[in-house]
Amino acid sequence: MKRTLLALTSLMMLLAACQPADLNAPAPVFETGADSEAWAEIPAGEFFHGQFDEQASIDYDYEMMVFDVTNAQYAAFLNAAVADGSATVEQNQVTGYYAGEPFDGGRHEEEINAGKTIYIPLNDSALRLDFDGTTFSAKTEWADHPMTMVSWFGAKAYCEYYGWRLPTEMEWEKAARGTDNRPFPWGEVIARNNANYYFSRDPFEDMNAYGSRTTPVGFYNGKTYAGYQTLDSASPYGLYDMAGNVWQWTADDYPLTHYRYMRGGGSNSYENNLRIWSRNSAAPGFYGPALGFRCARP
Amino acid sequence: MHWLSQRFQFLFRSTKGLILVAIALVSLISAFFGMLSGPMADWGIKDVIVRAFNMNLVEAEREGRLIILYHSIAMIVVAIETYMITDLLKIKDNLRLLINSTITVGYWMVIFGGLPFAYWGHTWALHGLYIGGLSLIFFAGCALLVALWPWRAEHKVTDPQYAHTPKGFSLERIAFFVMALATLISALFGAIPGSNYGNGFQTMLAENVVREPVKSVLDLSVIGHLHIMLALIAVACALIIGRWMDFKGILHKLAMPLMIVGSFVLAMGTWLVVPFETAAHFVIYGGSTLAMLGALFLVIFSWDKLIRTGLAEKGLKKGNFTQGLAALLRDPLKFGATWQMVFMNFCVSGVGIFVAVKLDKIFRVWQFTDERSILTGHWHVLATLTATILLMYYADFAGLKGKARQWFGWLLIIFSDLAFGAVTIYEMRRLISAESIQQPLVNTTTVLGDIGLGIVLLILAALMVWRLIDLFKKKGRWAQEVDQNLETFDEVKS
Repeated sequence: MKRTLLALTSLMMLLAACQPADLNAPAPVFETGADSEAWAEIPAGEFFHGQFDEQASIDYDYEMMVFDVTNAQYAAFLNAAVADGSATVEQNQVTGYYAGEPFDGGRHEEEINAGKTIYIPLNDSALRLDFDGTTFSAKTEWADHPMTMVSWFGAKAYCEYYGWRLPTEMEWEKAARGTDNRPFPWGEVIARNNANYYFSRDPFEDMNAYGSRTTPVGFYNGKTYAGYQTLDSASPYGLYDMAGNVWQWTADDYPLTHYRYMRGGGSNSYENNLRIWSRNSAAPGFYGPALGFRCARP
Repeated sequence: MHWLSQRFQFLFRSTKGLILVAIALVSLISAFFGMLSGPMADWGIKDVIVRAFNMNLVEAEREGRLIILYHSIAMIVVAIETYMITDLLKIKDNLRLLINSTITVGYWMVIFGGLPFAYWGHTWALHGLYIGGLSLIFFAGCALLVALWPWRAEHKVTDPQYAHTPKGFSLERIAFFVMALATLISALFGAIPGSNYGNGFQTMLAENVVREPVKSVLDLSVIGHLHIMLALIAVACALIIGRWMDFKGILHKLAMPLMIVGSFVLAMGTWLVVPFETAAHFVIYGGSTLAMLGALFLVIFSWDKLIRTGLAEKGLKKGNFTQGLAALLRDPLKFGATWQMVFMNFCVSGVGIFVAVKLDKIFRVWQFTDERSILTGHWHVLATLTATILLMYYADFAGLKGKARQWFGWLLIIFSDLAFGAVTIYEMRRLISAESIQQPLVNTTTVLGDIGLGIVLLILAALMVWRLIDLFKKKGRWAQEVDQNLETFDEVKS
């Protein structure tokens, strides 16, 4: 009997593994009070860069979005861009033109030639946008969550469409860290209610079912949501979600490689990946459910 | 007092006692510090441990902590292998005493200096103790080289069944010597760049820099050091198991030159990573292929021997497939030691080759964190799998017999392989599951991996408790083992 039970349990576990997570599982809706249009000013000056606190400096003031770009904002961009022809819907993708990049002949370097590049896939059920054939809209309960499933090309196109740009890695780091050597945007240590990360036990997470999902932008602002108390986790310059929720694309194209680097860590990251100096990378056409962006401007 | 003195004599003067102490320590360290990461952290156990033991985990020092932890565990394993080597091979008593005492003091200094330094705040004297311990272990390695010097007349092979040079010098001893020499040079290969950059404090994990198009000398040295040290620990393990199995005959004569050349070429390849990264990979592939082929010959020899002796015990000269299989599987410890080498091909070597072949087409298309997951899993499995092989050998000479031997052996094989298989699927999960829908697969592989590792730790704990209880007996096993050496087969004149 015991053996049968053990075998049945094992079989059920294996069968459970064959079932993909339900991407349409309902998510709670909370009003965070975040103003998606807000920008934070980051002054010129020195700061500590990287894990070993190297001295670095940015000699100009700049601004960065206080929050990640949301699904609703990106849907609005797509509607405008498709309407004026700067983006195209074709073969289950939204694409746009990219001028290409110089090829350095580096080891493992893939050529990125001029031509149409993917912004977002339309046939991936992890996308939190709807498209009825003519209009894009954010899925209601995900409207104020960060835009995900967006490639570096799509992120860049969004920022440039409004006359902005993606932040460089250095700009991102200074905005997250300020002028001291803290490992997290809010300070020295991380608690589960500081940020959205893997097993952080936020109200959007169910590790027995669909795993860790995104939280609305600016969720970790010290408010209590249905009994879930968050900590105010802004960076020294007032930016939110600079650790956790979604990795954020940055602008730099380095020699010998065309990987683009992402910073901040995402909902599927362990907390050590949320440290300010942690990096992730992927080819610019990559997209994922815990990968978003925010823009910078002079 | 006499009671204590006798036990001390066993635990710190005899080979079997030294190995028992080392296994007990590495088990405790693995179990304790294993609670600070992975699922244990997910389930909140890490938080409890950190609070209960008043740990001081500075975020910027995570990599440094892990490096000290990995070195602490690795040094114990190196000590265990050294104890085995100094007992299995003919070595002068004074040198054996020097090597074993030096490496014992060395690894104790490493763990009792390094781990408190890493996890409980920085008392610099403890760091000095840690570095001093590593240095002592290096010195013990130098002494081992002297002791192993194969070109002495007294080490000439007398039994022609064992691989030897035309002049009669033991090729197996040369293989041990080359492995030890390569290990010492490779230790320097990590130590010197590590010390040069940031005085040892610019710590990084090799898996974090694999995608950097331009790697620093430190990056390349650390990558090379990690790979070669693990590979050489595995080579040493294969050579030790060969002694246990009394590896000889034509396969021994084929395998030993492959082990010698393989170890040397493999080590050279990883040293060449710094100046010639691309070319070095091909040298590494060549060296590892040779060493793995040598290990394959050991597996073939060992299984053939197990089948033949198993059949002979039943009075059979030849048997059918079922009888042969039963003979092969009748002793899980002896079968398991070499089975794990075969299993390694599925979850370590096979994965490594597949990733190398499809790197640009598949793995570099993924985000870096997914590629890193493979790298981390890959070497964790290799290290742990090597440990299970050594554990099987220990369980054999610790005196496990009858049903206890069967249960221990089969539980160790089945549940460690369950864990390694689950970890392999977990690390390669992106091949079969997108990130957005991965959670059920992640949960299942995590649970299976934890069940596997949990059972392995439990049976290891049972083995340790059995030996601990034995220490309280007046005439326990320890009383016999205090004067015993590991069973070995003389291929050389004494």
